[in-house]
Amino acid sequence: MLIDHPLLGLRDSSEFIYMGDAKLLNRPNWKSQNSMTKFIDYGYLRKNPAGVHKELWYHEQGDRSWLVVTRNTVTHEILKVELARET
Amino acid sequence: MMKYSGFKVLLEGLRGNMGWKPLWRNPDPKKSYEIVIVGGGGHGLATAYYLAENFKITNIAVLEKGWLGSGNIGRNTTIIRSNYLLPQNQPFYEFSLTLWENLEQELNYNSMVSQRGVLNIFHSDSQRDAFVRRGNAMLMSGADASLLGVDALKKLVPFLDFKNSRFPIKGGLWQPRGGTVRHDAVAWGYAKEADARGVDIIENCEVTNLLVKNGKCYGVETTKGLIKSKKVGVCVAGSSSQVMGKIGINLPIESHVLQAFVSEGLKPIIPGVITFGAGHFYVSQSNKGGLVFGGDIDGYNSYAQRGNLPIIEDVCEGGVALMPMIGRARLLRTWGGIMDMSMDGSPIIDKTKIRNLYFNGGWCYGGFKATPASGFCYAHLLATDKPHNDAKDFLFNRFERGRLIDEKGQGNQPNLH
Repeated sequence: MLIDHPLLGLRDSSEFIYMGDAKLLNRPNWKSQNSMTKFIDYGYLRKNPAGVHKELWYHEQGDRSWLVVTRNTVTHEILKVELARET
Repeated sequence: MMKYSGFKVLLEGLRGNMGWKPLWRNPDPKKSYEIVIVGGGGHGLATAYYLAENFKITNIAVLEKGWLGSGNIGRNTTIIRSNYLLPQNQPFYEFSLTLWENLEQELNYNSMVSQRGVLNIFHSDSQRDAFVRRGNAMLMSGADASLLGVDALKKLVPFLDFKNSRFPIKGGLWQPRGGTVRHDAVAWGYAKEADARGVDIIENCEVTNLLVKNGKCYGVETTKGLIKSKKVGVCVAGSSSQVMGKIGINLPIESHVLQAFVSEGLKPIIPGVITFGAGHFYVSQSNKGGLVFGGDIDGYNSYAQRGNLPIIEDVCEGGVALMPMIGRARLLRTWGGIMDMSMDGSPIIDKTKIRNLYFNGGWCYGGFKATPASGFCYAHLLATDKPHNDAKDFLFNRFERGRLIDEKGQGNQPNLH
């Protein structure tokens, strides 16, 4: 798979480390109500869709930026690539 | 019902082989069942068999969306072993291995269970310590294990690269009772015996929804109509999140693609199963001579049943580092299967928060060897509502309780297990 990095252009996916569902960007507030339940959900539960999936890729062997890649898990087609800090 | 024997083979030979019959019927689904099992893979069929055999429950349907054996039961690298470390896992896998040892007699079906041994190579002193600890855990569960030094390895597997200075071979952990099994025949054997006991195996019947009312599951909606059931057991491996997601349940599971490889047929050279300890590579040789091997999962969520080239390169590099002689063997086929990678690398066999709905999944890429025990323990749970003693820790609540069963110590990162 080639990932179209917003700054560096097309890069091979093997330069990246995959960190899973982009929901990890939204860490629950530990002071909120039911924060325990929210953290169990955050840490362990996943939607794991067959189809469009927003996910985190870390460009470890490149500029070390975090990307949010929107990808189809059935076809491996990459639909959108954004810098995580800009989402 | 078909009964196989040497005499039968002889008799059929004289009769022009006209007396062989299909192994299972092809029934239309009834309107209701006592238990519906979603997923006609190895685990689902084993579950149906053990429900019928151990608990005499035969009003069962096994629903398979494709044809029988089209999923991971026909896609794996056929290895059986019980060389785990943790006390929640090892007795379960040892139980599974004892079931494998008697499987052909029990099912009256030749599934080619071949206990040719599993050898895990280690490459450093600290890895030796870890493998000694693992071997002791195996012995304590009643399994067999021994530690082989370099001299013993040179006799057993003289073709390894003993001169490799980057990954020096220091010895191996050897489990003689491990080995390989003809994987399709496992599905066919369980299907045959479940069918003979009255279980309906319904192929090309996809479950499109789970029927739930007032927190209770009462059946499934399928491409062949509604089927009511007192209990529903989901057992669909890589599709776990898809099926449970239909009623809004998120699982501690990600689906990933694992590739497997077969080389062209070669003369017999590899005696058992060999694993590389410095990378991820495992290999055995099939009875037709092909090298059957694999390594890491691709590492990203996928339902594609095919992988990408970087892993093919990585796996082949591991193989050549361990045994350079295979460098010129040509790759015949590669394929992919969808693994239900759980958050701690261990499976789940448990009730769900919906009454009468049960779940079996999260097998990561170790589901094949677990097939008999998984079916046995899931049948126990479905019949008695209590977990089987050897699977009593495979529960959903271990994540919130902090009782993870993490063999590799990787944390909640499914693609690292």
